[in-house]
Order: sequence, then structure tokens, then C-alpha cells
Amino acid sequence: MSAKPSWTYREVPREYVRALNATKLERVFAKPFLASLDGHRDGVNCLAKHPKNLATVLSGACNGEVRIWNLTQRNCIRTIQAHEGFVQGICTRFCGNSFFTVGDDKTVKQWKMDGPGYGEEEEPLHTILGKTVYTGIDHHWKEAVFATCGQQVDIWDEQRTNPICSMTWGFDSISSVKFNPVETFLLGSCASDRNIVLYDMRQATPLKKVILDMRTNTICWNPMEVFIFTAANEDYNLYTFDMCALDTPVMVHMDHVSAVLDVDYSPTGKEFVSASFDKSIRIFPVDKSQSREVYHTKRMQHVICVKWTSNSKYIMCGSDEMNIRLWKANASEKLGVLTSREKAAKDYNQKLKEKFQHYLHIKHIARHRHLPKSIYSQIQEQCIMKEACQRKEVNRIKHSKPGSVPIVSEKKKHIVAVVK
Amino acid sequence: MTANRLAESLLALSQQEELVDLPKDYLLSGSEDEGDNDGEREHQKLLEAISSLDGKNRRKLAERSEASLKVSEFNVSSEGSGEKLVLADLLEPVKTSSSLATVKKQLNRVKSKKTVELPLNKEEIERARTPLEQEIFNLLHKNKQPVADPLLTPVEKASLQAMSLEEAKMRRAELQRARALQSYYEAKARREKKIKSKKYHKVVKKGKAKKALKEFEQLRKVNPAAALEELEKIEKARMMERMSLKHQNSGKWAKSKAIMAKYDLEARQAMQEQLAKNKELTQKLQVASESEEEEGGTEEKVEELLVPDVVNEVQMNADGPNPWMLRSCTSDTKEAATQEDPEQLPEPEAHEVSESGGEDRPVAEEEILLREFEERRSLRKRSELSQDAEPAGSQETKDSSSQEVLSELRVLSQKLKENDQSRKQKASSEGTIPQVQREEPATEEEEPLLLQRPERVQTLEELEELGKEECFQNKELPRPVLEGQQSERTPNNRPDAPKEKKKKEQMIDLQNLLTTQSPSVKSLAVPTIEELEDEEERNQRQMIKEAFAGDDVIRDFLKEKREAVEASKPKDVDLTLPGWGEWGGVGLKPSAKKRRRFLIKAPEGPPRKDKNLPNVIINEKRNIHTAAHQVRVLPYPFTHHWQFERTIQTPIGSTWNTQRAFQKLTTPKVVTKPGHIINPIKAEDVGYRSSSRSDLSVIQRNPKRITTRHKKQLKKSSVD
Repeated sequence: MSAKPSWTYREVPREYVRALNATKLERVFAKPFLASLDGHRDGVNCLAKHPKNLATVLSGACNGEVRIWNLTQRNCIRTIQAHEGFVQGICTRFCGNSFFTVGDDKTVKQWKMDGPGYGEEEEPLHTILGKTVYTGIDHHWKEAVFATCGQQVDIWDEQRTNPICSMTWGFDSISSVKFNPVETFLLGSCASDRNIVLYDMRQATPLKKVILDMRTNTICWNPMEVFIFTAANEDYNLYTFDMCALDTPVMVHMDHVSAVLDVDYSPTGKEFVSASFDKSIRIFPVDKSQSREVYHTKRMQHVICVKWTSNSKYIMCGSDEMNIRLWKANASEKLGVLTSREKAAKDYNQKLKEKFQHYLHIKHIARHRHLPKSIYSQIQEQCIMKEACQRKEVNRIKHSKPGSVPIVSEKKKHIVAVVK
Repeated sequence: MTANRLAESLLALSQQEELVDLPKDYLLSGSEDEGDNDGEREHQKLLEAISSLDGKNRRKLAERSEASLKVSEFNVSSEGSGEKLVLADLLEPVKTSSSLATVKKQLNRVKSKKTVELPLNKEEIERARTPLEQEIFNLLHKNKQPVADPLLTPVEKASLQAMSLEEAKMRRAELQRARALQSYYEAKARREKKIKSKKYHKVVKKGKAKKALKEFEQLRKVNPAAALEELEKIEKARMMERMSLKHQNSGKWAKSKAIMAKYDLEARQAMQEQLAKNKELTQKLQVASESEEEEGGTEEKVEELLVPDVVNEVQMNADGPNPWMLRSCTSDTKEAATQEDPEQLPEPEAHEVSESGGEDRPVAEEEILLREFEERRSLRKRSELSQDAEPAGSQETKDSSSQEVLSELRVLSQKLKENDQSRKQKASSEGTIPQVQREEPATEEEEPLLLQRPERVQTLEELEELGKEECFQNKELPRPVLEGQQSERTPNNRPDAPKEKKKKEQMIDLQNLLTTQSPSVKSLAVPTIEELEDEEERNQRQMIKEAFAGDDVIRDFLKEKREAVEASKPKDVDLTLPGWGEWGGVGLKPSAKKRRRFLIKAPEGPPRKDKNLPNVIINEKRNIHTAAHQVRVLPYPFTHHWQFERTIQTPIGSTWNTQRAFQKLTTPKVVTKPGHIINPIKAEDVGYRSSSRSDLSVIQRNPKRITTRHKKQLKKSSVD
């Protein structure tokens, strides 16, 4: 007789079937949409997380309105008419007691997080009148310093009405500025003359810049890897850069079929979410060029801003049609507290799915996603276009003198220059 | 008849006279009272001629014509020779008399008077004054063109002389026969064309094909050169097919059949047939390497220069349908051809005519027939010539011609061999390469993580469908290797094997062409070479025999195949119960009747795919449904298939592991504490101050993408 007891037989097929079932269940339970927060009376232009409270979210709209939301109750706690015109940027202070907004009315305003007491008027703590329109704001992660951008990048001390220093490189308007969460004195900004500029707060001049093919809308730093950031570009792609080697992006993420408007990292640093003009949001693993997930609904219009919550479980996105939507980061994840057995089963299933992910049947089921027709057809179209380009390139190489046409990799293709 | 001829000759005469000079008339009229017999007759004729003269046939130019046998005794024809009637000759019998003195004087005066005559005298033409004229004369002389009398070149004259009367007769007879044959043929074709039965036509077609094949075989045995030509024709047909894209299922008939095919077995078969035909016709033959061709070409040229022999002629004819090719081909050898056989010359035109006028087939066919006749005649003539002239030389030329045939054959056979080898190599490489490829990791191509579609899939059933769909999509693709697939290792059940075999079948059986001993060509000088080839072949065979002395591979294979066929046959079910309704026991068998009654005959299965492929075994047992549940290519991080297999074979479930191991195995890479905010990484987190680790809410196992600096720090902290 064999040395193996009978129950150990056929472990591979049994596990395979388990994996198949797990995969199917995952797809069956993949219902990522949680809630839609409505109340804004214009498109949502910016979002901010509360640094200390998971349930609180701030949003600024195109009519100058700022709302603070409670995610557990899924309602609006507070509404402020902060600006005239757009609320261009919003950010919270690291302590969580106050937040800053910038608007089209050339002002920077600091607000208290808590509402005014009984009988008090809704008023900002401070208001700074600037000379030009500010298009973005970000707060330092540890110190009482914040940075705004517009025609130049200004770094402000909270106590002063004039910037500590203002840095420019070129003359175009700068659309967004972001502090590095780890090396906190580093800043990144992107301007409409297609470049991404890096600054060191301690210096008076910018560090370096990289010029891409098209304009970058936003950047976001990886919270777990110091020098890595991802740029959301107008050419439908996202570029992950290592700031030490800007000439080649670490990864080019391409799946969107329209301009990418916003990007935010998961706090675990493994994935990021991007919002696009093509009315969908996608989740990309940092080390993959293709997205692992795409979220869309019928009513969601152009997504302008997106945030990944600080516990890495949820994603929020604000879109043109005045709603903020709440999604699960992991589409089929069960909400609520899990018993230990549930947890073990979940982990086991996850592992099985990983183990058998290369099997055709499983792969096909796991990869299937429904897409609206518009996006689908656009994907097809772009596929054709891309193929044509590639074919042309190949032909060009084939029919010219060997070596005269350089072979440029997809990564390097979009980088125009790096300036220091 | 005779009267007519007489009149004609007279007319010619009178014309001549008219041409020479007019005063003669006058003179004759003057001497009419002379009672000369001759003169009287001539006078009579003249009168007749004059009376028959009307405005229409006033003056006929002398034409080139065959030498006539009948020469009129009365005719003093000067045509063709270039001589003139001299006036003095006519005047000779006239005696000098005083009465004629004045006339004579007159005549003399006329004679002394120089008139420009047409055509010009030779001396006058010869006297070329300007350098341009001289040059022209030179040229004319060089090319033996007639200067004075622009009727026939020496070559033409020679050709005229070459055709004797008998030959002309023969030719005419041949032509007549050909025409008669053609008319019979046409009538027959018309009659056959009217027959409406499809079956009849099918049978006829089949018969024709068979016949053609047989003829070809015969031809190959008897006349390798002609066989070669035939082969070339086949090749040409294939080319045409490839160009024209016939049999592509795009025609009206094919389309209608395609619709019918779903329901009608016959239509399906017809369609398949057509496809097969297309495949067969579009099969690309591999071309021999360029150097070889070049060699062959030079050889050919040399031989052509030596002597334009039968083979060359055949070659040219084979090239015939392409007028461009022909022109270039013939232009080289034109000189020789004009000298050797003038019949060859009109051929190209005939070809062109047959090319351009593709619709009127009968004409073309006639042309072909005629050409054949001509060929035969020329051949005959040449053989006679060569036999007469130089026996040694002819021997040599024949030798060379036969050698050429052989060389051609050899080239062909080499091609075939190469084809075969390459195919075999392909097959063998297909056997080996896939495994290599399987072992290569698919690093470059990153597959999209999502399969995006406009359809929703929400229920389990739909998911199941999805998987199935996928598996059917992948049916055609080569099967991936996984745990137990010994069957795949054997080369026989490779799915592409039958195709290859089919290809082989459709070509003219090359192996046979090589192995069967070609019958000795009936020419004098060939045998030595033939034997040499035979010997070579024999040697090779001997070598192979020696190499495989121990094992009879072929018989083993056949046995194996027979077994496979037996095994795959559906088995009869015997439901007889021994002892039921009759005596049973040891040594007793149920009766034959009962056995017959309870034996359920298995239905005849579908015919085996390798039924007609003697040296192939096709395993039809392969289960395509398992393919969907297997891995096609080795996934990325693995470098060898056994690595992957091992990871798959180690179970991670708690059924096969201890609880602790299970927990360890299933812990996810990233664990987050629910309800906690995950702060960005800090310098302290990666090991500067290990005390503050407590508030880190993310625990990372296998930190893959952390920079090297971080990794080092992590290590340090773990050591601490």
C-alpha cells in the first residue's frame, strides 16, 4: 500500500477546484460601490482626507462651497461658502484642527475643522489676499508650513501673510503642488508647460524638472517609498518616477482612454487610484503597467478628484455631476468585523487564487470586467491606433539604414528632457 | 486552262515590251508586212494581249513566287533575272535594206539618246556619290540585302529552295489532317458540353484526372524531358491559382454552398473539396537555392551555344505562354535558329496569338497541333542532317542534350529532397522547440490584468460560461505542458502532423520520383550516367540498411499503427448470459444463435484521420476540454517548468498542513489593522529607532518593492 493516507490524495485538483470556486465567488460578490454623497450644487473640484479621523472627508466644489462629510453616517456635517468661484484646492493641517482652501478669488483661507459655536458666524481663521489666482495648495506633513501654486510656487509660514519664498521656473501656471510625506521638505509640482518640477524647501531654487510629451495634471508621492511619485498625464497615461532618475520612468501605466485628472496612493504604497476624464476610476498596482480594477457607474461623469482613505479600505471620488462616491478598494471584500474562521478562509482563498492565477479558466474569470460601451469602443479604437503606430515604426526601422532610426522604449518615448 | 495561261504569259510579255520601250511597237507595226512566221505569231499574240488589256490590269508588278515547272516556250520572260530584252536581238533577223535605213537611223538615235530607265541600272546605283550613300551601301552589302532587285534576300531564297514540292505537299496534307481533326474534336466537345448530367461531368473529370496522372507516369518513364515540361506546367497552374485566388470560397457557388453547408452534408463535402483543391493548388513549392539555379542557367547557355537541341526547344515551348520570356530567350539564339530551321521563326508570333486570344480555344489548339507537327518535322530533319554531316559531333551533342535532361532531373530531385528534409526538420524542430519555448519565461509581454468587455457577468452560471468560452477560444492553440502529459511527448499525436502529411500527399509523389528507378532513356549515350546515379542510390540505400540493421523500424511502426487502430475501434457489447435458458457449466458455451441475438454491434465510428496516411498515427483521444484548465506558458517569475510544477504540487490548505503551517502559508503580504490610519513611512519605521514601531499599522512581509536602503535597514532591525 502507499505511504500516503487516503485523504491526502489529489491535493492539486482539489485545491484547483477550491481556487476556481473562490475566484467565481470573488466575481459574484464584487460590488464595490458603497455610497454616493450628494449635496454639492456644482461639480466637486477637490477632496481632502482628515489626517486623524477616518470618517471625515472634506470637499470643495466649483461654486466655492466647501463641505465636510461624515462617512460612517454618509451625510454632510458642515457646509461653508468659502470662496467666490471655484475652490481650487483644499488641504488639512497635519494636526487635524484646521484646513486651508484656495479659490479663484485670489485668497488663501484657513478654517477651523470644528463648526462655529452657537451664535458665532462662519468665518475663516485667517485670510491671505494674494496677487494672483492660486490653483493648488498642500500642507507640510509635520511643520506649520504650507505651499501654494499658481504663477509660482509659494511657501508660506502659517503665521505670516507673505510667503517665505517663492520659486519659479518658466512662466507657465502651475497646476498642483505636493509635499513629500516622508522627506517632508521635498516638493513636487506640475506646470502647464508640460514639466514636473521638484523643489527642496530648504533651497531658494528648484531642484530639477522633467519635461514630458503632454501636460501633467497632478502628482502624488508614494507614502511608503521616499523618492517615488506618480504623475497623472493628459496623454491618458500615468508615469511613476524615481526622483533620482527622472530620465526614465519606473513604470508607465496605461489603461485610461482619456486624460487622467487625479491620482492618489493607497497608504500601503502598493497601489494607487487614478481618476480620469473618461468617467472611470482605475486601480493600478505600482509595479504593473495595467490596471487591476476599473470602477464606473452609469451616472458618474468626468471624475475630477479621487482619494484613497487612510485605512486603505475605501476610495472616494468626486465628479462633475456634483456627487462624491465611495467605493471599496477591494471590490469583493466583506465589510464589517470578521470572525477568525472567516478571516482564515478569506486568507486561504486569497492564497489559492494567487497560486492558481495562471490557469486559463481561473484567469479568464478573474480578469473579466464589465465596461460601458463608450469606454470599450474607445479602447478598441486606441488599440488600432497604437498598432498602426507600432507597425509604422517597425516599417521605418526595417526600411532605413540599420542604426539610423533609434529604437526608443515605451518608457523613454514620452520623456522629452530632464533639466537640472 | 491553257488558254488562260497563254494569255497570262502574253500579257507578261507585252508588259515587258511596254516597259522596255515604246518604239518597238512602232517598229513591229512597221514590219508587219514581213511574212515571217514567228513574227506573225507574235503579232497575233500581241494583238490578243492588247485586246484583253483593259483599264484594270494594266500593269502588274513582278511578284515573288515559287519556281514554276511550266515554262512557256513562247515566253521570253525577263522577270526576276534582272536581264533586259536587248533591242538588237529582236532586230537581228531584219536585213538591212534601204527602205529601213531611216528607221534604223531613227532607232540609233533613240539608242544613243540616254533616257533614265526605271529601275535604275546596277552601275548607276552602285555609283554612290555621297558618304551617306556609301555607308548605306556598305550596310546593305554586309547584310546581304538585295540592292538592285529588292525581292528576295539570299536567306529567303535558300529557304525557298529548301522546301521541295513533296514537302509542300506533305505539309498541306498535315494541315488538312489537323484541320479535320480539329473539327472532329470541336464537334465532340460541343456534343459533350450539351450533356447536362452533373454526375457524368464529374465522372468525366475524374477520369480525365486519372488519365492525366497515368499519362504523366508514362511520360516520366519514357521521356523525362517532357515530364519535366509537364511538371512545369503544373507549377504554372499553381502560380495562376495563387494569383487568381480561385477556389477561395468567394465565388457565387461557394457562397451558396457555405449557406447550405450547415444543413447539407453533400454541400459540406463539396466545400471541403474545393478548399482542399485550393490548398493543393496554392501549395508553394520551395525553390532551389539561387546559386544552383544560376549554375543550371549557365550550363544551359553553354549548351545552347553548342547546339540548339531538342531539349532546349522543349524548354522554350514550355516557357511559351509568357511572350516576354520568350522574346528574351529567342533573341539570343535567333541567329542559330534562322540558320538551322526556318520553321522555328514564326513560332513566337503564334504563341503570342494564342496568348492574346485566349477565348478562341480551337485556334490555339490548332496552333499547338501545328507546332507539334513542325517540331516533329524539324526534329526529323535535324537528325538526318546530323547523321549525314558529322557522326561524331552528333554523338556528342546528343550526349550533351541527354546530360542536360539528367542534370535538370537531378536539380529537380535535389529540390525535392531539400523540401523533404526541410519539412522533416521542421517537424523535428516542432517536436523540440515547443518544449524549449515552454521553458522560457514570458517576461517581455505583460498581459493586461483586466479583460474588459461590454457584457456584465454577475451570476455563477455566467462565470462558468465565461470560462468555457475561453477554453473554446483557445482550442486551436498548442496545449500547455503540465503534470502528466506523456502523450504529448510522443510525436505522433501532434495536431499538426496530419497537415504535414497531407501536404506531402498532394505534391507529386516526390519520394516515388526519387526512389523508383527511372526507365532508361532511349538514347545512345545516356546509359553510363544512368548507371552512375543508380549506383549512388544503391549505395545510399545500402548505407541506410547497414545503419538500421538491427531494428526493422517500418514493420514496428506498422504494427504499432495496427494496434492503435484496433484499440480505437468501438467494441461490440456481448450481453449473453451463459446458462440462461440453457445448460451451463464448465466447457459449455452459449449457443451461436443466442450469442448472435445478444451481441450488440457497436456502430461504425467515424473514419480515422490517418486512414490514408500510411506512415502516420493520429491519436484522436486528446481531450480538448482539459486544455482550459491548464497553463499555457510558464508564468513570469519561474524559470523552469519544474519550479512551477513544484509550487503547484505543494498544497497550502489546512487539510494537508498543520494549523501553524497553514497560518504561516496563508498570511497575506500586506496586513492592515482595521480602523487604523496608516501613516506614511518614517525614518524610524525602517530602523533608526526601533522603539516607535508600535504605532506602525502596516506590517509588511516580503517587502519586494522597497528600495535597497530600506531593505538593509529592515534587516538591521530584524537582527536587533
